[in-house]
Amino acid sequence: MFANIKKGVLKHQKKFNIGVSAFSHTLLGFQSRRASLCLSEFQTRYSLHRRFHSLTQRMAIFVCFMALSLVVMSQIMAMEVTQILLNAQAMDGSVRKQAEENLKQFQEQNLPSFLFSLAGELANDEKPAESRKLAGLILKNALDAKEQHRKVEFVQRWLSLDQTLRSQIKVFLLRTLSSLSPDARSTASQVIAKVAGIELPHKQWPELIAALLSNVHQLPAPTRQATLETLGYVCEEVSPDVVDQDHVNKILTAVVQGMNSTEENNDVRLAAIRALYNALGFAQANFSNDMERDYIMRIVCETTLSPELKIRRAAFECLVAISSTYYEKLAPYIQDIFNITAKAVRGDEEPVALQAIEFWSSICDEEIDILEEYGGDFSGDSDVPCFYFIKQALPFLVPMLLETLLKQEEDQDQDEGAWNIAMAGGTCLGLVARTVGDDIVPLVMPFIQENITKPDWRQREAATYAFGSILEGPSPDKLVPLVNMALDFMLTALMKDPNNHVKDTTAWTLGRMFEFLHGSALDSPIITPKNIQQIITVLLQSMKDVPNVAEKACGALYFLAQGYEDAGSASSPLTPFFTEIVHALLTVTHREDAGESRLRTAAYEALNEVVRCSNDETAPMVVQLVPLIMTELHQTLENQSDERQNELQGLLCGCLQVIIQKLGSSELTKYHFMQYADQIMGLFLRVFASRSATAHEEAMLAIGALAYATGSDFAKYMTEFYKYLEMGLQNFEDYQVCAITVGVVGDVCRALEEKILPYCDGIMTQLLKDLSSNQLHRSVKPPIFSCFGDIALAIGENFEKYLLYAMPMLQSAAELSAHTAGADDDMTEYTNSLRNGILEAYSGIFQGFKGSPKTQLLMPYAPHVLQFLDSLYMEKDMDDVVTKTAIGVLGDLADTLGGNAGPLIQQSVSSKDFLKECLSSDDHLVKESAEWAKLAISRAISF
Amino acid sequence: MAPHDLRRPFKRPAISDQERRREQSLLRQAQSRRDAQRHARFLASTAFSLPSETLDTILPEPEPTESPEPSQHTDLDVVEASKLKPAEARKWFAKQLMHPEWMIDIPNNLSQDWFVFARPSGKRCFVVSSNGTTISRLRNGSILHRFPSALPNGARRKDVSSGSSHSYSILDCIFHEVDETYYVIDMVCWRGYSLCDCTAEFRFFWLNSKLAETGACDPPSHYHKYRFSLVPVYGCDQNGLHAAYTAPVPYVKDGLLFYNKHAHYQAGITPLALVWKDENCSQYVMDTDSKGQVPNQQQVVLVLLEDGKLTTSDDPPVVFGNLDGSFIQQSGLHSGCLLRFSIGEGGLVLMEGKLEKADLNYLGNANRARASADSFSKVMFQYSVRHSPLRIDDLLGSVSSPIDQETKACDIEMDGC
Repeated sequence: MFANIKKGVLKHQKKFNIGVSAFSHTLLGFQSRRASLCLSEFQTRYSLHRRFHSLTQRMAIFVCFMALSLVVMSQIMAMEVTQILLNAQAMDGSVRKQAEENLKQFQEQNLPSFLFSLAGELANDEKPAESRKLAGLILKNALDAKEQHRKVEFVQRWLSLDQTLRSQIKVFLLRTLSSLSPDARSTASQVIAKVAGIELPHKQWPELIAALLSNVHQLPAPTRQATLETLGYVCEEVSPDVVDQDHVNKILTAVVQGMNSTEENNDVRLAAIRALYNALGFAQANFSNDMERDYIMRIVCETTLSPELKIRRAAFECLVAISSTYYEKLAPYIQDIFNITAKAVRGDEEPVALQAIEFWSSICDEEIDILEEYGGDFSGDSDVPCFYFIKQALPFLVPMLLETLLKQEEDQDQDEGAWNIAMAGGTCLGLVARTVGDDIVPLVMPFIQENITKPDWRQREAATYAFGSILEGPSPDKLVPLVNMALDFMLTALMKDPNNHVKDTTAWTLGRMFEFLHGSALDSPIITPKNIQQIITVLLQSMKDVPNVAEKACGALYFLAQGYEDAGSASSPLTPFFTEIVHALLTVTHREDAGESRLRTAAYEALNEVVRCSNDETAPMVVQLVPLIMTELHQTLENQSDERQNELQGLLCGCLQVIIQKLGSSELTKYHFMQYADQIMGLFLRVFASRSATAHEEAMLAIGALAYATGSDFAKYMTEFYKYLEMGLQNFEDYQVCAITVGVVGDVCRALEEKILPYCDGIMTQLLKDLSSNQLHRSVKPPIFSCFGDIALAIGENFEKYLLYAMPMLQSAAELSAHTAGADDDMTEYTNSLRNGILEAYSGIFQGFKGSPKTQLLMPYAPHVLQFLDSLYMEKDMDDVVTKTAIGVLGDLADTLGGNAGPLIQQSVSSKDFLKECLSSDDHLVKESAEWAKLAISRAISF
Repeated sequence: MAPHDLRRPFKRPAISDQERRREQSLLRQAQSRRDAQRHARFLASTAFSLPSETLDTILPEPEPTESPEPSQHTDLDVVEASKLKPAEARKWFAKQLMHPEWMIDIPNNLSQDWFVFARPSGKRCFVVSSNGTTISRLRNGSILHRFPSALPNGARRKDVSSGSSHSYSILDCIFHEVDETYYVIDMVCWRGYSLCDCTAEFRFFWLNSKLAETGACDPPSHYHKYRFSLVPVYGCDQNGLHAAYTAPVPYVKDGLLFYNKHAHYQAGITPLALVWKDENCSQYVMDTDSKGQVPNQQQVVLVLLEDGKLTTSDDPPVVFGNLDGSFIQQSGLHSGCLLRFSIGEGGLVLMEGKLEKADLNYLGNANRARASADSFSKVMFQYSVRHSPLRIDDLLGSVSSPIDQETKACDIEMDGC
C-alpha cells in the first residue's frame, strides 16, 4: 500500500517537473520596471498587436501562400519592405491591414531575414524617415516586451540567432547614429540599448562601449548627441555590474565633457546631462573619489546656469537624483547647492523652480528615513549618518519656502492635476517640519501672525497653509498652545472668510490639527466639552459649502472621529452628535455635485471612520444605518447600466464592510446585525453583475467580513456565492480582485471548516491554475500558498487528494525561493513573502493531518521540508515573519509525524542551530513558535 | 528616459480609506490564520497526552477522581456562562476550578514529572477578562472584583493584538489581600483559546511568556486596577523543592503546590495536583473551628446519603461510616445533609491504602457556608498531621537521588534472579 503511494508520488513529481520551469518564470515574473515607451510608440505597438491578433484567426487563407519557398518569400519581402512599412502607416484601413499581415507573415516565416531587413531599412539614409522609424520600432519590439514571459522568450530568441547576422544588424544600428534623420538616430539609440540589455549580461558585444565612445569625440554634433543619448539608454537598460569600471570611467568622462559649458551645441549638452541622470547608478566608485566627484558636481552645478531652460531643468533633475543616490557625499556642496536652488526658486521659470524645491523635499525624505531608522541614535558605524542639512539650512530655507506660498494659482483647489510652486513649496515646508520638529515653529509663526488677517486672500491662505504644514513634526508641547489660540479663529474663518481657497485650506488645517494633536495619547486635549459643540456645528455647516471645501470638512471630521477611537470609555464625547453627524454625511453623499472634488468619497470615508469609532452607546445607531445603506445599494443595482453607479457601489460595499466588521466584533451587536445578513449577502451577489473591478473588490472584501462574522452559518450562502468566488479567482487582469478573493477563501475556510469540503475541488483547481499562470501578477502567488494552508486546516485529512498536486508546486516554489543572492530589495521582500506563503501552507497541511491515520502520506515530503528549512537558515536573510513561520513548521512537522520523523529531524540543522537561535530571539512571536517547536520535537524524539 | 515625477500628494492623506480597509482586512485575515494555527497546535497537544500506560506509571494508584464529568472541562465556554443568570453563573463557575488533593504520600518520579511552587495565601479565584472588563470570581462562583485590567480585552481600550474584543482569557489566581495582587497560578484560557487540554508544562510556559507581554504585571494604573504577578515555579528536583520551600517570596505562603507536568487542566479535585503544608510554610496546617481554634480532636465534614452512609465529597465517594435510620429520623436529618464529626481515639484504620474503619463521633450540622463535604485526601492529610506528618525532609529525601533509588530497585530484581 505504502509502496503504491510512493510510486504515485514519484510519477506525479515527474509530471510536474515538466511544468515547473515554466512555473518558475511565472512565479518570479514581474511587471516591467518602467514604462519607457512614449505614448506614440505604445499606440503603434498596441494597434499592431491587436491587428495581428485578429489576423491569426484568418491565417488559414494564407496557407497556400505560405507554401511558397522561404527563399523566394524573403526576397520578395526584402525588396518590398519599404513599401510595406509605409503601407502599414497608410490612412486607408485595408491597405494598412494588408501591410500588417505581410509583416506578420514575414516575421513568422523567416525571423532572421525579417530583422535583418528592418535593421537595413533603419540604417539606409536613402529610405523615407517614416519607414525607417517604423522599422526601428518593430525591431525594438522584437527584442523586449512588457510581459515577463514574453521578454524571456525574446531574449532567448535573439541569443539563438546566428552570430554573423547579429553582428551585421549591430553594424547597421551603430551606423544609424550618424544618420541625417533625427528620428532614425533616436530610434537606433533605443534599439541599441535593447540589444545591449540582452547581450552585455551574456558578455557579448564587448566592443559596444568603445565604439560609442569613439563616436563622442570627433564627429558632428548630431552624432555626438545620438551617441550620448545611446549611452544614457544603455545605462538605463543594463545593471551596473555588467559594465567594467574602466568603461564606466570612460562613459562618465564622455558624458561630463558633453555637459561642459565649452560644448556649444545645446542638443549635445542636453543629451549629456540626461545621460548622466541615467548613469548615476554606475558612478559609485567615481562618487567615492573626491576629485572625480568634485568635478562631476562642479559641472552639474554649472549646468544649472545654462541659458537653455530644458538644460537647467535636466541639471536640477540630476541634482535631485544625486540627493537620494549620494546623500552621504553631499556635505561639501550643500552650501553651493542652496545658493543655486534659492536663486532658481526665487527667479527661474516654474519647471526649473519646481525641480529646485524638489531637491530639498528629497533631502527631507532622506533625513526623515535616516532619523526614523536609527531613532536619532547614531553609533559611529551606522550605514548612512544624518548630516542635518535641513537643520543647518533652516534659517534660509524656511523664508524661501514661505515666499513660494504666496504664489498660488486662483483655481488650484478645483483642478485635480494642478501642481505649482506654491503647492510644491508648501509640501516641502511640511517635510521640513517633519525633519526638524520644534525648531521650525519660531521661524514660521511670525509669517502666520503677519499675514493671517490681511485683506489679500493670498496672504491669508499662505499663512493658513503654513500653519497647517507645520502641525506634523513639532512636539505637542510646542503646538497645543498655538492650536488652542488658533482654533477659534480657524472655525470663524471656515464660516466667514469670503474666499473659497482660504476656506479650503482652513478646513484642511483643522483636519491636520485633529489628525496630529487630538487623541487619547495626548495629555492636554484640544477638543474639550466646551468647544466640541461649536467644532461639530462648524464642520457640518461647512459640508454644505462648495465641493472642495466640503471635502476638506469631511476629512476634518474623519480625523475628529479617529481621535476618539482609543477613547475606551463606554461614553464617547461624540455620542450626543452621532445621529446628526451621520445624517449630515449621508446628505453630502446625495448632493448633486458630490461627484466633484472627490466629495462623495470623502463623505463615505468619514462615515466609515465614525462607524469604526462607535461604541456600545452608539452601536444601536450603527445598526439603524444598515438598512439605509442597503437601500442605497439596492437603488444603484436597479440602475446597473449607469457607469457612475459602479463607483457608488464600491463606496457602499466599503461602508457595509466597515459596519459588518464593527458590529460583528461584539456578540450583542452581531446578534442585532444578523437579521440583515441574508439580504446583505443577496445585494453583494448582485454587485458582481457590474463590470467594475473596484466594485467587485469592495463586494468581495465585504463578503470576507461577513463570513468572519457569521461563522459556520455562512454555509447557506455558498451555493450561490461559489460561482463568484470562482470568477474572482479567475480574474487575472484585475489581480487585486483575485488577491482579495484568495483572502476571502481563507475567511470562508475558517468560517465553514469541514463544511467547505464540497467546494474544495473547484477552488483547488482554480488556485493551481492561478499558480501556473504567467499572466497573473506575481504578488497574488504567496497568498495562494497560504490559502492552501487555510484549506488543509479546514478539511484536515481530506486534503489528501490535493497533496499530489499541491506538494510539487510547493516544493518547486520552495527551491526557487530558498536563495536570494544578488536580488534587489524588492525581490528580497517578494521572496520572503513567497517563503512565508509556502511555510504557512506546510503548517496548515501538517496541522490538518494531525491525529489522522493518514499522516504517513506526508512522510515522503518531510525530507524536502526539512531541507527547505535548513537552506533558509543557511541563507541568513529571512525576516522575522518568515523566521517565525519557519520554526513553527518545524514544530508542526514534528507534532504530526511524531517519532517516525525523529531521526530526520535530528539530522537537520534547523532542529539544532536554527531552533537555538530562535529560542533566544528578541521577537516574542519567534520565541513563542520556537518554544512550541522545541516541545514538539522533544516529544517526537522521545517516542 | 522616464521624467522624474514631481507631484506629491497634496492636502490628501497618503493612504486612501480603501487602501486602509484592504490592509485591515489583510490584517484580520493574518490574525485569524495565526489564531487558527495556534488553536490547531493547542488541540494537537491534547493528542500529545501521554499514552495510558505511561499515565498509570505516574499515578501510584489510579484514583477514582481521575475521570471527571466530560461536560465539565470540555464545555468550558465563558461566553455562554456569562449569559447565565447570576445564580446560575455562580454555580457554573464554582465547578470550573481545578482543586488539588492533599498529599498523603509521595508520588513516584516527583523530581522528574512534577513542578512545585509556594502557594500564596489568599482568595482562590478565576479571573476572566473579556469585552473590555475583568471579573474575578471566588471558588463559590460569587464575584470578588469587577475591574479594568491590562489583560487581553480586560479594559475598554483599543488593542490591535488582542484580536476580536469578545475573545476571553481566564486565569486561575489567588488574590493576596496584603499587596492587593492577583498571583496567577495557572492559565486556563488565553485570547479565546482554551488551554484546558494542554499539559501543565505548556500552560506554565504559555503563562510565563504571555502574561508579562500584556502589561498585566505592571503596577496599577487607571486602566489597570490590580497588579498581576507570576509565582516562581520550579522543577521538583532537590534544588527546586528547596527553593520553593525556603526562598523568600513577596507573598504570605500557604503550603506548597505540586503540579504534574503532563496533566491537563481539569475541573474539580485532581490527584495530578497536590497540596502539602507544614508549620514552616503555612499558618494554617491544622484545621480550625469557627472560633479559629484548633480543636483537640480532628473534625471532619461528611455528607449523608439516602441509605445512611456517610461519605466524602470524592467521586466516587469514600464511605466513612453509617448512621442508622432511627437516629436520622430523630435528629431530623435527610440525605444531602453535611454533618460534622470528630475522630475519636480509635482513629482511622487503613488497609493497603483503603479505609477500613473510622472512629466517628457525631457533633452536629456543618457550618452553613460549607458547600461540600471534606475530601478523602484532606481528611487523611489532617489525620497524618496529627499523628505522623509527612515532613519536608521526607519530600527532599524522595527527590534527592532518584538514580540511586532506581538502581536499588534494579538490584532487588537482580537479587531475585
